[in-house]
Amino acid sequence: MRRARTWLPGLLLVAPSIILIGVFVYGMLGWNFRVAMTDQHDAVSEGRFVGLQNFIDIWDQPRWHLSVNHAIMFTIVFVLGALALGWFLAFLMEKGIRGEGTFRAIYLFPMAISFVATGIVWRWLMNSGTQERAVGLNRLFDWIGLPQWQWFRDQEWGMAAMALPAIWQMSGYVMALFLAGFRGVPEELREAARVDGCSEWGVYRHVVLPLLRPVTLSALIILGHISLKVFDLIVAVSGKQIVTDVPAVFMWVAVFDSNDPAKGATIAAYIVLSVAIFVIPYLIWSVRKERRS
Amino acid sequence: MRRWLAAVSITMASVLGLAACGGGGGGTASQAPAASGGGKQQVEVFSWWTGPGEADGLKAMRKIFEEKNPNYTFFDAAVAGGSGDKAKALLQSKLQANTPPDTFQGHAGAELQGYIKAGNLEDLTALYDELKLKDVFPAQLVEQISVDGKIYSVPVNIHRSNVLWFNPAVLKEAGVAAAPKTIEEFLAALEKVKAKGKIPLSIGSEWTVTHLMESVLLGTLGADAYNALFKPGADWNSAQVTTALTNFAKIMEYAGDPQDDWQPAAKQVADGQAAFNIMGDWAYGYFHNPPEGGLGKKSKTDFDWAPAPGTEGTYLWLSDSFTLPKGAKNRDGAMAWLKVAASKEGQDAFNPMKGSIPARKDADQSLYTDYLADALKDWSSNKLAGSIQHGVAVNQPWLAAINEAVGLYVGSKDVKALQQGLADAATANAQ
Repeated sequence: MRRARTWLPGLLLVAPSIILIGVFVYGMLGWNFRVAMTDQHDAVSEGRFVGLQNFIDIWDQPRWHLSVNHAIMFTIVFVLGALALGWFLAFLMEKGIRGEGTFRAIYLFPMAISFVATGIVWRWLMNSGTQERAVGLNRLFDWIGLPQWQWFRDQEWGMAAMALPAIWQMSGYVMALFLAGFRGVPEELREAARVDGCSEWGVYRHVVLPLLRPVTLSALIILGHISLKVFDLIVAVSGKQIVTDVPAVFMWVAVFDSNDPAKGATIAAYIVLSVAIFVIPYLIWSVRKERRS
Repeated sequence: MRRWLAAVSITMASVLGLAACGGGGGGTASQAPAASGGGKQQVEVFSWWTGPGEADGLKAMRKIFEEKNPNYTFFDAAVAGGSGDKAKALLQSKLQANTPPDTFQGHAGAELQGYIKAGNLEDLTALYDELKLKDVFPAQLVEQISVDGKIYSVPVNIHRSNVLWFNPAVLKEAGVAAAPKTIEEFLAALEKVKAKGKIPLSIGSEWTVTHLMESVLLGTLGADAYNALFKPGADWNSAQVTTALTNFAKIMEYAGDPQDDWQPAAKQVADGQAAFNIMGDWAYGYFHNPPEGGLGKKSKTDFDWAPAPGTEGTYLWLSDSFTLPKGAKNRDGAMAWLKVAASKEGQDAFNPMKGSIPARKDADQSLYTDYLADALKDWSSNKLAGSIQHGVAVNQPWLAAINEAVGLYVGSKDVKALQQGLADAATANAQ
């Protein structure tokens, strides 16, 4: 009884979340994998167990290849772009400039907006009209004599353009992470390096950047999983069009337009797995690190 | 002991809090309609009519319904979103949860097949007999919306999909004397416009390309061969279809940069940047209506219309209709609504506002002027063919597969792959 008094209140306190997460996250995930392994290809049939058949069959579909390629291109441009821009903004502010609070607010501001609102604005900015029909960015480019683009309608590079609004949205957040990282580097370490004859660039290269590795990794995880499951931004900018198809949009179409639960669940399972590839190594790494310290 | 109590009370509070969140999270559309005060019963009418024109039409029909049925109140469960994308997804989840609205809007024809197959809809054949609707709707319409001899929906309006919109001034400048009547004439006209440096044909997002394709299919094959494509065992790999798709590919070469949706594409014609656009007749409302909802253009001078090339004499139709879901809470109320929707009075109130023509043959012709007068005349005399993109000829999964093939074609420009994709879509989904 005495012992129960020490652990029971704590358990009761967290029990609701454990149960809810158990049911609505892991339970649903399990349910999804179950549906993905059946042949329930319309709204009414019961669905028999077919193992990994759906996971193999989907690779025969040209649309799946297209959406995976799109997701990869989007992820590369978005993650690298947001990391680079976020790092650069933090670097600019690191030395402490006048009005730093204001700049921080401005850079962080886009994150407060939903992807849908961002998408609707960028849909206009990235209008594909050129010359006298140009609006948005193309109008500006026309005016200052730069070449105009098809933006997200470009067959090959469209997804790189689609990553621009995402970079715009997330780089402020990455800046905040890096700024905290920069500020976490003790001044003594930098001093010591300078005393040892390091140039200012050398201080960054050999002292500051290595210490930023954990921050970079966290940023990578956050951006990576946002990128792989991106849906709202794409739908807000271009709707459900093949030219910007990604797995999450394909999943929506499979479930709600094609009425094919098994196909939708298969795509969802692939999305979860791809996110897991990002997240699990990070979890292992951080658990190991905690044990070590 | 005190800590204990505190822990338990926090736990309870958090559980209750979560439950409250779960209950209060829905928007207007997911509010469960309950019987309201005064003994009146609510009738939940689910649609995607929230835009200018369409919402006004719904309001006009609602007024008649409330006058005729003082016992019922109308609950407008409309969900915004063009062509019902979001509404259909929400409807799907409501049907799966067994909490259907009392009646919902859907495109008449094959689009409803999914619901029928899943056993979501009641057979309305008895209502048709009671109101003698088979006599007032065109026989071919009744035939095309029947499934195994049963009818599951009441059409309130008819839209036409195969309309060629054009800018007379741009045509004149390019030396095109009149609207092209055949595909060959159309290609020649496109070439002439191109030589003048204007956009020959404006297009919007990918679904407008499917919309264009259905008109080209009809224009090349003719009504009978087109309609036969949607019967079981139809041959989508035939040489005829190849010819049609080759025509489609040739026409697509003259298409301008794709716009965001159908409106900006139609606007290019109205503004004189483009010569032609193939779009349904809801574009008429957009061209013609005053600036709040439309472009305020003058018909016949700023814009003009003709049947899509090669489709004269055929009405490629689509229709909005209302249904009776099984398990509707207020079945009698829903039936009362369906009777208004089927009535001459209801349709004549709704359609001039929405910019469509009534499905009934006995409508008051004087209410329909300008484009709508033309449409009404053609509707009563033309052959009928069902639209692909707008849910008449093919069911939803089939349409999704067709849109996929067309979307991939826009990227690859591969006619052979397009035909294969269409053939596969037909094999997988035809019934």
